[in-house]
Amino acid sequence: MNMKNEAGSKDVPAPVREDSDLVQILDAEGNVLPQASVPDISDRQLLELYETIKLARHFDQRAISFQRQGRLATYAPMTGQEGSQVATSLALAEQDWLFPTYREHAAKYAHGMELASLFEPLRGHQEGYAIPEDVNVMPEYIPIATQVPQAMGMAWGHKLQGKTDTAVMCHLGDGATSEGDFHEGLNFAGVFDVPAVFVCNNNQWAISVPRERQTASETIAEKAQAYGLDGVRVDGLDPLAVYKVASEALEKARNPGPGELRPTLIESVQYRFGAHTTADDPSVYRDESEEEVWRDRDPVDRIETYLYNEGILDSDLESEIQDSVEQEVSEAIETAEQTAASPDNIVEYVYEDVPARLEQQRDELNRLREKYDDGAFSEVLE
Amino acid sequence: MSSTASTQSGQNAQSLTLVEAIQDGLYTEMSQDDSVVVLGEDVGKNGGVFRATDQLYEEFGEDRVIDTPLAEAGIVGASIGLAQTGMKPVPEMQFMGFMYPAFDQIVSHAARLRSRSQGQYSVPMVIRAPYGGGIRAPEHHSESKEAFFVHEPGLKVVSPSTPYDAKGLLAASIHDPDPVIFLEPKLIYRAFRDDVPTKPYEVSLSEAAVRREGSDISVYTWGAMTRPVLIAAENLSQSHGIDVEVIDLRTLSPLDIETITDSFKKTGRAAIVHEAPKTGGLGAEIATTIQEEALVHQEAPIKRIAGFDAPMPLHSLEDYYLPQAVRIQDGIRETVDF
Repeated sequence: MNMKNEAGSKDVPAPVREDSDLVQILDAEGNVLPQASVPDISDRQLLELYETIKLARHFDQRAISFQRQGRLATYAPMTGQEGSQVATSLALAEQDWLFPTYREHAAKYAHGMELASLFEPLRGHQEGYAIPEDVNVMPEYIPIATQVPQAMGMAWGHKLQGKTDTAVMCHLGDGATSEGDFHEGLNFAGVFDVPAVFVCNNNQWAISVPRERQTASETIAEKAQAYGLDGVRVDGLDPLAVYKVASEALEKARNPGPGELRPTLIESVQYRFGAHTTADDPSVYRDESEEEVWRDRDPVDRIETYLYNEGILDSDLESEIQDSVEQEVSEAIETAEQTAASPDNIVEYVYEDVPARLEQQRDELNRLREKYDDGAFSEVLE
Repeated sequence: MSSTASTQSGQNAQSLTLVEAIQDGLYTEMSQDDSVVVLGEDVGKNGGVFRATDQLYEEFGEDRVIDTPLAEAGIVGASIGLAQTGMKPVPEMQFMGFMYPAFDQIVSHAARLRSRSQGQYSVPMVIRAPYGGGIRAPEHHSESKEAFFVHEPGLKVVSPSTPYDAKGLLAASIHDPDPVIFLEPKLIYRAFRDDVPTKPYEVSLSEAAVRREGSDISVYTWGAMTRPVLIAAENLSQSHGIDVEVIDLRTLSPLDIETITDSFKKTGRAAIVHEAPKTGGLGAEIATTIQEEALVHQEAPIKRIAGFDAPMPLHSLEDYYLPQAVRIQDGIRETVDF
């Protein structure tokens, strides 16, 4: 498809720039493009990809609705970005590590996190931050770009210890490319040639600041060149293309060919259909017509069409999958709503051993809890 | 083999300066544990701008004594990642005044990864940084901002004042499961020597040291200020018969509250000496803790003898800024004579 023709008017930032280098497999409707090579992926994996994307879309809709009902706190929506999140995570091997931002709910789920544990922090219970021992996911990163040098460090540590069968995938946004940590992390990654894949989820907006105001460079992928990394641009709304690019980057991180570099910066070109968070109103800073251009390339529709074309999906299976994702999300929110937070958790994980002074502070709190009961802590004392 | 150790081979102790003791401590820990790695700017071939990593590169190679690009956030951020793979990184910040670019990595991540993962991940790491004034350094090279890090839950903060403690506290910091900010008073890097055992040993991160016993006033200090305080104590004892107890905190977070209050209960008077700016400094914390724990023993206002609430001046004025013997003695006398 010719994306040049889809560039917006002068008043609206062009959604996608010159795209001759953009990796795509599916066209806007979901048909395989001529000359495109579909990644070697089983029907079962394709259905897993589809089902997880569907789950992510439903999770997102429910989370926004629950937030509106006052059942969840501020939430960062991901509609439009699910295809890239799920495809990148499905490309990971079990031993690979994932560094997510606050928006990679589906990426975390696809790499092993329980759905309920994604809801729990949104209900204010930090118990949901607990990561199972066999799941290689780091806690979500809220300060922008700070995860980049850390992911680099982990990949470096694996390499220094000869464990190059393990790759590290680090997510970041387009806004993160303006931060110093992005540049320091990528620079280190190039200097020490570490097995890491950095995925920039370029969703065109850092809250209200468009990508054009974030960087004057033509693409984000080209920044890789300055650090001695490979840079790849992929259509982030095309799950098959993202899966292919991520798989190849991960494979190269583990087993680079002669003269090949381990680290890669992937620019996954996407669009954030919704608000930055549920506390944000995008109508203040962008035109709805811009969104329509991207809506035509929705990842859910494209992968669905592809699966229908291939005879992997039919309407019965589609509704069966829809029912199952709805049930899974309902169960997760029910589980999350049953979690009760313990005030002891405030001091529990600050240090390996709770220091004496912190213990005293906990004892003081517990003495007051006993004296006045827990309800008193949310009341004004007469 | 470290140069300091090789000249003293066969003996149980060596006479070392504080910076040599740190070098010896790093050498000792790296010899015992392959997972300990040193990284930072100029730490490798150059052996560190203060020579704290001297000869480690030759001994342990470029994969364990690593010259990095010049980027403090990158160094600390990478160290957090290294720690997740079972390594024990000991990143060096060349000067505390250059540590601010890494501040976000330290307080937002190193200090919080344990609680952010509900105990699943931790950051066993020791960030070393030379700190403090008095060496006639350029601007930004004399910072003493320990309170920033003491204020952050999840971090431990250490500052040795003797070569013996420097090696022992460094060992305890490297063995500690939590991130430690290890502040090295560069004014006394080479000011004097001390007997330092060649064998490995630890100085606990939970105990302050009573450097001098006394009955009239407790003076609390740490790092480079410990020496002028001890000199002032001797002077006052001889010239005015004032018997000063000197407590060297050694670990600034968590504080050894028991030693602090026990001393105050004995003397009833307190002065805190630090070179950091007075407002919001650790002196305020110590004074308040004493009031909370031992007010009924108090016989005089608690005195803070500190740096001014101003940037450290260039060296022609730094003797006025730093608490020197004259200010320390005057403050102690004022408190005792109250």
